[in-house]
Amino acid sequence: MQAFEFVQVKTIDKALGAIGRPQAEAKFVAGGTTLIDLMKLNVERPKTVVDINGLPLDKIEPAPDGGLKIGAMVRNSDLAHNATVRQRFTVLSEALLSGASPQLRNMATTGGNLLQRTRCYYFRDTSYACNKREPGTGCSAIDGFNRIHAILGTSEHCIATHPSDMAVAMMALEATVLIQGSNGNRSVPLNEFYLLPGSTPERENVLGAGDLITHVTLPALADGTRSHYLKLRDRASYEFALASAAVVVSMNGNRIRRIRVALGGVGTRPWRSLEAERALEGREADEKNFRAAAEAALRGAKPLHDNAFKVELAKRAIVRTLKVTTSQTA
Amino acid sequence: MKKDQNSETIPDSTNSKKPADSEQGKADGFSRRAFLAQLSAAGIAAATVPLIQPAIAGAPAMAAEPVADQQVPGAVTFVLNINGKDRNVSLEPRVTLLDVLREDLQLPGTKKGCDHGQCGACTVHVNGRRVNSCLSFAIMHQGDIIITIEGLAQKGELHPVQAAFLEHDGFQCGYCTSGQIMSAAALLKEPCGADDASVRECMSGNICRCGAYDNIIAAVQEARHSS
Repeated sequence: MQAFEFVQVKTIDKALGAIGRPQAEAKFVAGGTTLIDLMKLNVERPKTVVDINGLPLDKIEPAPDGGLKIGAMVRNSDLAHNATVRQRFTVLSEALLSGASPQLRNMATTGGNLLQRTRCYYFRDTSYACNKREPGTGCSAIDGFNRIHAILGTSEHCIATHPSDMAVAMMALEATVLIQGSNGNRSVPLNEFYLLPGSTPERENVLGAGDLITHVTLPALADGTRSHYLKLRDRASYEFALASAAVVVSMNGNRIRRIRVALGGVGTRPWRSLEAERALEGREADEKNFRAAAEAALRGAKPLHDNAFKVELAKRAIVRTLKVTTSQTA
Repeated sequence: MKKDQNSETIPDSTNSKKPADSEQGKADGFSRRAFLAQLSAAGIAAATVPLIQPAIAGAPAMAAEPVADQQVPGAVTFVLNINGKDRNVSLEPRVTLLDVLREDLQLPGTKKGCDHGQCGACTVHVNGRRVNSCLSFAIMHQGDIIITIEGLAQKGELHPVQAAFLEHDGFQCGYCTSGQIMSAAALLKEPCGADDASVRECMSGNICRCGAYDNIIAAVQEARHSS
């Protein structure tokens, strides 16, 4: 790991000041579970590391509209075990607990989880060409071993999967990201936060170099809303998803009144599926409609040499999650 | 008369009933570890050396803190609280908590398995929570309360998890064991279902190549029920 200058900050203003100087080539460190991992591989090589663990952004508070306001420094384990999250935003708790390990969840933060980087082995290995890591050098995965790579949102420049579970649940919960930067404050719906790789896979989200995520907000859910996260992978635990589904649904008898569907493990970004939602809203909750929605969700999928199984796997993940949520008692 | 170098010729002062010795850096005892350390410092392979009396060997005291003339450019001086003691360190920011424990503070009980947060062998407690020490810079932990495996036993008494691991034979090679024990000790204060399947999930951040999982689960359940 190359040497760097280390700065600790205790206020947002100091954090923005430290990150803002272009010569500093600075990165924030919170839990360190992504940044330090990648610094050991020389994939991330900041000249300055700004420790933001002291920032006062570690609260989970009710939002005025009845939703939730989550500080960017809240640890994944605290968020998962929070009573309100477990009871009312269940999909978020389930998604968090399905990810990583207890030790990593104690370190990782809300902001950091959104910003975690792909597990593509070519991205993580500096011996291989990678457009995301070094623009213009090529994509080693497209003609390489691409079992864990994406089938949705890919381009000829990059097929890397976004690995977060939490982000998929937050997509289905229609989260908003609150950002502070040198240009002031702004809020970005999570659905507009992530970028498709296109021809610029090195740009993964709308954050500028001088920006800091301060909070994530979740809107209130209607009474009786049910939600669930299903994660499918080779091992029973401590592994990233091959395919996952998050569903948030409210019913009118056996009819689906309002539904949100998001997919993980299959997209170059956490994948909100408007196609599945359109195929389900107002419809009866039965297997035929579930299957039709799954087909709609994966219609644009582009399977690769080693990951074609993900198409059917993702469809079944959607169907199973729909069954679970629509048969839960409120 | 030369004794057979394979026999146990060195009096063993690392009594397993006194775990506090490993924390004190051998300041008040002479151990196998100190003996081997001074042998390798003298460039002698331990396997071929004839019997050497500890008193004659005149082992140097193990330095508890880094020596001033070993100052590294870019090093920062700060204090870490480890196992109840303030320890002065002088380190580059890029040194991980795992490496400072093993390389600078004579606390090699915490193990390096994968160095990337994928195995749990490096598990320590920071402010009462289990974390992977390989994915944190030491300099980030000023003001934190850090407990390692060496600091788990208190006042000469094994921690209930340590005792349970012994009773249930919860290890084979022992390399994952420090991490398993630290993880289980923290688990006692975390929400986790009562059944074995829940314990497997709650301990899933610690992997064991020897496959001692059944006994590890039994040990963890014993510790949970006894505390």
